[in-house]
Amino acid sequence: MPYETAYTNQGFNLVGSRVNRPDGIDKVTGRAKYGADVNAAGQLVAKVLRSPHAHALIKKIDTSKAAKLPGVKAIVTGDDFPDHTGGNRSMMDILENCMARGRALYDGHAVAAVAAIDGETADKALKLIKVTYKKLPHVTDVDAAMAEGAPIIHDWVRTAGVQPAPTTASNVAQRSEFGHGDVEAGFAQADIVVEKTFKTEQTHQGYIEPHACLAQLGPDGSGELWVTTQGHFTFRNVCSTLLGLDVAKLKVTSSEIGGGFGGKTHVWTEPVALQLSRKANRPVKLVMTRDEVFRASGPTSSTSIDVKIGAKKNGRITAATAELRYQSGAFPGMWAMFGAMTSFACYDLKNVKSVGYDVLVNRPKVAAYRAPSAPMAAFGVESVMDMLAAELGMDAVEFRIKNAAKKGTKASYGPIYGPIGIGPTLQAVKDHPHMKRRLGKNQGRGMACGFWFNFGGQTCTDLNIGVDGSVNLTVGTVDVGGSRASLALIAAEELGIDYDQVRVTIGDTNSLGHNDTTEGSRGTFSSGMATIFAARNAIEVLKQRAAATWDIPVDQVVWEAGEARAKGKQNSNLPPLTLKEIAAKSPRTGGPIAGHNEVVADGAGVSFASHLVDVEVDPETGSTRVLRYTVIQDAGKAIHPDYVEGQFQGGAAQGIGWALNEEYIYGDDGCLQNPGFLDYRIPVCSDLPFIDTQILEIPNPNHPYGVRGVGETSIVPPLAAIGNAVSNAVGVRMNHVPMSPPRILKAIEDAAG
Amino acid sequence: MEVQLSGFLSSAAGGVQSVELTGETVGELLTSLELRYPSLRDAIEQGVAVAVNGEIYRDRRDQPIPPGAEVFLLPRLAGG
Repeated sequence: MPYETAYTNQGFNLVGSRVNRPDGIDKVTGRAKYGADVNAAGQLVAKVLRSPHAHALIKKIDTSKAAKLPGVKAIVTGDDFPDHTGGNRSMMDILENCMARGRALYDGHAVAAVAAIDGETADKALKLIKVTYKKLPHVTDVDAAMAEGAPIIHDWVRTAGVQPAPTTASNVAQRSEFGHGDVEAGFAQADIVVEKTFKTEQTHQGYIEPHACLAQLGPDGSGELWVTTQGHFTFRNVCSTLLGLDVAKLKVTSSEIGGGFGGKTHVWTEPVALQLSRKANRPVKLVMTRDEVFRASGPTSSTSIDVKIGAKKNGRITAATAELRYQSGAFPGMWAMFGAMTSFACYDLKNVKSVGYDVLVNRPKVAAYRAPSAPMAAFGVESVMDMLAAELGMDAVEFRIKNAAKKGTKASYGPIYGPIGIGPTLQAVKDHPHMKRRLGKNQGRGMACGFWFNFGGQTCTDLNIGVDGSVNLTVGTVDVGGSRASLALIAAEELGIDYDQVRVTIGDTNSLGHNDTTEGSRGTFSSGMATIFAARNAIEVLKQRAAATWDIPVDQVVWEAGEARAKGKQNSNLPPLTLKEIAAKSPRTGGPIAGHNEVVADGAGVSFASHLVDVEVDPETGSTRVLRYTVIQDAGKAIHPDYVEGQFQGGAAQGIGWALNEEYIYGDDGCLQNPGFLDYRIPVCSDLPFIDTQILEIPNPNHPYGVRGVGETSIVPPLAAIGNAVSNAVGVRMNHVPMSPPRILKAIEDAAG
Repeated sequence: MEVQLSGFLSSAAGGVQSVELTGETVGELLTSLELRYPSLRDAIEQGVAVAVNGEIYRDRRDQPIPPGAEVFLLPRLAGG
C-alpha cells in the first residue's frame, strides 16, 4: 500500500463548506463546451441508418447509390469493422452493438453510417442505402424470452452458472445465486409468510445531452476524440481495441457532460465516427438525435421479480428468497446478478437466497443506470417488507430496524459487514419531523431502504503550483456532479490556501495515467484521495525549497496553515515562508513545484439510504402527486454538502419519474413506440416537491477524510418508497412500475371486483 | 485460509462454495485459486472482487490478507 489511506479524524478549515461551483459561470453563460459544441476545420457530419425491425437477417446492404451522391465522403457497414477483439466476446458484443454484423438485433440497431459534407446530404444518403432484410421472430418481454419456444437471440449463448453446463442455446445468459442458511427451514419457522410478484418497466437515464462526439483518425492510426462521456480513458481503451489502434495514439478529451447516470460509461457511436473519419481522412462529427438515444443507447433492464419473506410474530425475519429476472437487451449482461446481490443487503438474515437470471431480448443493449439493478430489487423486497409489517401489525420502520444489518452481520451477498449506516438512517427516519405530518384524504406515506456497493479504482492526479501561488489540479475523473468544487476544497485544505486559488481541470488521456470511469460513486472518493496525496507530495517539495532557502535540514521544517515554518529555538529568527513566497522563488530554487499521485482507491465502503415520502392519489384519474420527500443517507464525510444534497435530490427525482411515469413501450412489432420526451415523460420541476435531505456522516475507515461515495444509492429506495406510499393511499398493493394513472386505476378497479 | 465463492464464480469452479488456499495478499490468493481451478481463469482475468473482512477490493492485488481473515470472492462490480 503506497499511501496511508486510513481515516485520521483530522480537523477541517474548508472541507464541509458550501463554496461556489467553479464551473457555474461557464454553464449559465453558455460558455461551457459540451459534446456537440466543438467543431473542426473541414469536418464532416455523420448520420446512422438504423434497423426498423426488432429482429432481422441483413441479407444485403447496397450503398452504391449513396456513395455516388455528391458530398458523401465515407460509408461504413459491419464489413468495415474487422475483428480486432482477439476472441474477447464482451468486446465483440460492444462492436456488434455499435454496428450490426449480419443481423439486426433490435429496433434502432445501427446497420450503416454515412459521413457527408453536411447533415442534409448525409440524410439523403441514408435514404439511398438499400438494406434487404429478412424479418425474424422477436421477443421483447423478459418472461416471454425465458419461456419454452421463445425466439433465440444468439445461438452461441449457453446459460452460465448452471451445473452441468447446458449444451443448447438459451436466452438466459447467466444464472447467479447468492445467500446462506436454509431457507426452507427458515420458512417453516415463520408465523407469517408473504409472497408477491413484481414487474418494473424499462427506463432510460434521461440525460438531457445526447451522445455526441467529434472524431479524427488518420491513416497512420493516430487520432483524437472529443466526446461526452463519464470515462474518456475507458473510451480510449475500448475504441482502440475495437479499431486496432495503439492506445497511446488515440487522444480522448471529455467535454462537459449534460448528464450520464451510467449511460455514458459505454461507447455507442464513437467507434463508428472514428472509422468514418479514418475512411474519409477528415474529422467527423456525430450527434445522436433523441430518437436514437432512446432506441440505441443503453437503458436499464425491465424486470420480473418474485419475493418471499417469512417472519415470527415478534417481527424477526426467519427466511427470505427472491428470484430476479432482468432483461439485458440483445447482449449478455450481469444486471440480474447485481439485483440478486443487492436485494436483501439491508437486512440481517439467517436464511436467505436470491437467484438472478440475465435474459436476452430484442431490445437495446442494457447499460448501467445509477446503482444498476438495485432499485428494481428494492422495489420487490421493500414492498414485501411493508406487506409483512402490516400483516404482523408492526410499524414499517420498527420492523426494518428490528431486522436491519449491522456491523458483524453476514451480508446476503456473502461477506461480513464492517461499520455500516443502515441502522442510523432508519433511526433518523423514525425521528424525522416528516413522520409527524398529518396525512389527509387519499394520501399515503411510504418508506424504503436502499443499498449500493460503491467502489474506487484506478486514479491519477497532478497538482502544479504556479509562480504566483495559484494551483492547477488536473484529474482524470470526469466531473458529473460537482467533483471539481470538492477536489478544489480538498487541495486548498491540504495546502492551507484559499479555495479560489485552486483551479481544477479534467485532463485528457494524454496528460495523465489511466483513470477509471466516473461510475460506482467514485469521483470524489477516489480523485479526492489522489488529490490529498498529490498535495502532500507537493508540500514535501515546498518544505524542501524552504529548507534550502533557510539552509537548514528539511526535517526542521513543518507545513502549517499554508506556510513553511522552521521548528526549534535555533530557527526562531526565521520568519515563515508562505506558499506564494516559495512559489515566487521557485524558478531559482529548483524549478516548478508539483505533486503527483497514482493510486488504486479501493475500500470505498458500502452505502445505505432510507427514504420517506408522502403522496396523494386522485381516485378519479389515478394521478399521483408527491407531496413531501425526505432522503436520509450516510455520506461518510460531505466534502461539499450542496453537492451531496444535490446527489441525494437527483437520485430521488429520477426515482420518482421511474416510479410514476417513465416506461419504454414496445408494440407487437417489437418496435419502441415512445422514443421522445413527449411520450416518455420524465418529471419536471412542477412535478416535484422540495426534496428534503439529511446527511449522516459515519466516517469511512478507508479514506483519510472518511469519504463515502454518494452518487448512486439515492436512486435505490424511491420505487419502493413511492410504491408503499401509493399502496397505502389507495388501499391496494401496487406491484407494477411505473405506477402510471391507468395502472393505478386498473388496480383500484380490480380490487373493487 | 478458507475462501468462499458465490454466484457464477462458484459454478465456474464446479459448484465449489469454499476452498482452502494460501496467499498473503489478494494477488497471491487469486494466483492460488487459478492454479487450483483453471476454469476460473477467464473470470479472474476479466476481473473479480475480493472481500477481506467485509471490505471489498476490486483492483488492489497488493492488499494484505491478515491471518484468520474472512475472505469472499465476488463478481467484479460495475456502477453508474
